[in-house]
This record gives sequence, C-alpha cells and structure tokens, in this order.
Amino acid sequence: MSAAAAATGASPVRDAVEWRLAAPLGLTYVVFFAAPFLILLGISFYADAEQTRLGFDSWVKFYTDAFYLKVIFDTLKLGVFAVVATTILAYPLALVFRASSSRMQRVLIFIILMPLLTSVVIRTFAWIVILAREGVINQTLMGLGLTATPLNLLQTELGLVLALTQIEMPLMLLPLLAIMNQLDQNLIDASRALGASKWRTFFRVILPLTLPGWIAGATLVFASATTAFISQSVIGGARLVYLPALIWQQSMVVYNWPFAAVASLTLLFTVLTGIMALSWLGRFARTT
Amino acid sequence: MSQRSTPADISFNLTVGLIAGIAILILVAPVLIVIATSFTTTQALRFPPPGLSLRWYGELFDPVRSAPIHTAALNSLWVAGWATVIGSVLSVLAALAITRVSRPSARALEASFLSPLVLPTLSYGLAALMFFSVLGIRPSLNLLIAGHLVVIAPFVFRTTLASLTQLDPALLEASANLGASRFYSFRRITLPLITPGIAAGAFLAFIASMDNVPVSLFLSTARTSMLPIRMWGMMESTLDVRIAAIAGVLIVAILLLMVVMDRFTGLTRRVSA
Repeated sequence: MSAAAAATGASPVRDAVEWRLAAPLGLTYVVFFAAPFLILLGISFYADAEQTRLGFDSWVKFYTDAFYLKVIFDTLKLGVFAVVATTILAYPLALVFRASSSRMQRVLIFIILMPLLTSVVIRTFAWIVILAREGVINQTLMGLGLTATPLNLLQTELGLVLALTQIEMPLMLLPLLAIMNQLDQNLIDASRALGASKWRTFFRVILPLTLPGWIAGATLVFASATTAFISQSVIGGARLVYLPALIWQQSMVVYNWPFAAVASLTLLFTVLTGIMALSWLGRFARTT
Repeated sequence: MSQRSTPADISFNLTVGLIAGIAILILVAPVLIVIATSFTTTQALRFPPPGLSLRWYGELFDPVRSAPIHTAALNSLWVAGWATVIGSVLSVLAALAITRVSRPSARALEASFLSPLVLPTLSYGLAALMFFSVLGIRPSLNLLIAGHLVVIAPFVFRTTLASLTQLDPALLEASANLGASRFYSFRRITLPLITPGIAAGAFLAFIASMDNVPVSLFLSTARTSMLPIRMWGMMESTLDVRIAAIAGVLIVAILLLMVVMDRFTGLTRRVSA
C-alpha cells in the first residue's frame, strides 16, 4: 500500500513526491478545475453571443467601454476598502487577543468563528435588517434625535463596505491571531525598555513582524470581497454594479457567454493582480 | 517589566480597547439580531421585534408551504456530504504524497492544490457551467458534487498537511525498526495522529459547501435547487421572515457542531495555529 510508504519514510525529509498518491486529487483538478478554465478562455474568443464567429470582439467591446472599465475599477476599490476596514478593526482585536488568558482566547476564537460559519447569505440578510430604512441603525439614530428622516444605507457603497467588513473580518483575523500569538514577547519588552512608547512599539516592532499574517489575511479578504456576489447584489442593489453581478447577468440573463467569459477572466485577473500586489508588498517589506 | 503609564501609552490602550470593542460588536451583533428577528410576530423585519412567537419557525417547518426550502436544504446536505467525503479522501492522499518533501515539485503541487482558496470561485462557477455544457452533460446533483469538491478540498488538504508536518518522524522510524509494515505503521500511528486534523478540515469543508454560492449559482437549476441560492431568491423577491428562521436553525446546528468538533479535534486551536 503506497499510502504507508508516504508515512514511513525513514528520514524526516523525503526526496520525492509520491505521485501515485497525489494523482487522484491532481487528476480531479485537471479535469474539473483546469479544463473548465481553458474552456472559459476558449469561449471568450467567440465574437458573437451565438458563438458562431471567432474574434477578439468581446474583449475589445469590454475594454473600450468606459462603463465596463468603471465596473473593474469599482470592484478593485471595493476590495481595497474591505481590506482597509478589516485591517483597522482586526489589529486592535488581535492585540487584545494576544494579551488575553488562554481561556479568554478560546472565547474570542468562538466569537470570531461564529460569523465565519454562519452562511454568507444569512450575514447579508442580517445587514439588510440593520441597514434598512426601519433598521437598527436608523431607529437608533432617530431615537437619539440625530436625524429626522431615515438615512439611505442600503444600495450605498458605505452600507456595502460596512456589511463586507463584518462578513470578511474573520478571514483577516484568523491568520493575524496566529502570527500574533507566535510573536516573541522579548522583542516587545526590549522596545519598551529602550523607552519606546506603546504606539512606537506597535508601529516599529509589532506591525512589521506580523506583516506576513496581515498579507495572508488581506489576500483572503480582497479575494472574497471582490467576488461576494450575493452581498454585492442584495446590499448594493441594482445601482452598484460589480464584476460578479456583470458576469451573472451576462451569462444567465442575457446569455452572452463570450462576453460573460471575458468579464469572468477579468475578475480572475483583477483578483490575481491584487494577490500579487500584496505578496510583492510582503517581499518589499522584508527587504527594507 | 515595570510599566510606566505615560499619556501616550494610555491613549494607545484606550484606542486599542475601543476599536477592539467595536470589532467584537460588529462581529456578534448581526448574528444576535437575526436570531432575535426570527422570533418576531409580524411580517416586517423590525428590530427589536414588537412581540415574540414561534410563528416563522412554524411556517418554516410546514411541509407543504415550505416544501421548496426543504428540498433545497436536502439537496445542499446531500451535495455537501458527498463532496466532503470524496474531497477528504483525495486530499488526505495528496497531503501524504507531498509531506516532508522539500523539492520544488512538492511546493508547486501544494500551491496548486490550495489555489481554489484564493482564485475567484465565481469565475470557476461560470467555467464549470461552460465546461459541462460543451461536453453536453445535463445539470444534476452529481455535477454540483464535482464542482463543490474542487472548491472545498483545499480545506482538508491544508489541515491534513499541517497535522502531518507536526507528526514526529521518530515515531515512524521506531515503528519501522520494530518490524511494522508500512501500511501497519500508517494505520496504527499516522492515521490516528492526523485524524483530528482531517476532521477539522472536513468540518470546514462541509460548512463551505453548505454555504457555497459562486459554484451553485451556475450549476444548480430549478430541479436541483440549493439552499443558499433559494434563500437569495427569497431575499430578492419579498423579504420573507422565514429566512431569519432558517438562519436560527442553521446557527444553532453549527453552534452544536462547533462545540462537538472542538471537543474532539480542538478546532479552535487548529484554526488559529
């Protein structure tokens, strides 16, 4: 049985991949993951919705229209906003987590995992209840006399970013908490003993050392926020259009598959660009 | 360490404490608000609810009026179950294949097996629809299992690989020196030690499948409806309070599962480490 071979290599470092064991998952990926993407790429080179002529027309149409370029830009912007908002909230929480007893840490992890494990659809639904005209925020503001008429929070970018912040925050927190717990206390003590304030210690010691965790988290948040179709379409409404809604509408409503394929590959490139920018940032930070 | 409390340090502590408090509020409040809303007496999604009742849970469990929801829930459970089982077996084998191998080929395999976690699954969902359509395969629950499988396998792969990395190779050497066959060592030493890791990954994979929108959005049809897509439909048309009741049921189910999983696998430790 080759499974055992992998498990019983006599030396801690083995010298070859056990290909027979990797093959089942590898082949599954080739057939059900890589092949579909190739088909997607192929269909994007049809010039018309009926898929009769080949040509670059779908690509040209997408990348020369100001409306679609703005959709790309808005999608990127939404991802960046989500990363910034989750970062501002997650770092302080991670610092509190680090300072907590192990019992308190378990409670905090439960609190963090809870929203992650409640369906995205339900979290989106929760934010409708909160942001609606008769929702929690408007009732609180009106009760406090801060506003006379209810604010429009649904179908605004602010409302969507707020909702995505809660929906994606666990993705930022989990890698951040892991690296925060591994941080060497001696380095922090040394910084403090040398007279650095807590602010300075945070920005000069803690932040640089936890950057790899932040990059892991930011990657997940960015990838997730830019593709959050249900949150975007339900909270953003029809007025705010992002790439996922465009893909869905073009493929399932308009049935222009070549154009949907172009939009879909654009989303893929957008996310990959974000991921590469983040990992470049990580390498840049390590060398300076 | 003697700590002097300078004004700068006090302002730091206050800022951190305040923002951390807001973060916890933002994380928890929506969940609590949905649960409270599910017990409302009215048609409107008001918070706080004007009165408490089990009316919407009654509606939700009504076998006739909520039949489409029940079908979607059963479809989702079926797909998540099979995708998790098949995905776990394949992922454990793949993790065994590359553990403790430092070659570039192993790193490349690891990166590609994890790639569905960061690549936009929505792009994949459309790609899968086009792929099956080009092949002329009609939509079915089996296609959904295949589509979900690819997207959720990385969860098991990741936790299994982490468990294997922590495994002390001396145990396996000792077992081999004592004359145990490779399969015997795998069955009696490796497998028991990595089982909690596999279980934690399988749990996350199952939840990810139950929750999956991007793949189901394209592969599910009216005949093979999935729960998140059905709920999205309910949200788009009329704001049906039954969604809050579904949320209540799912939250309680997941909470129970989480407590059980934490007992057996140390899920909370595993996810943060």
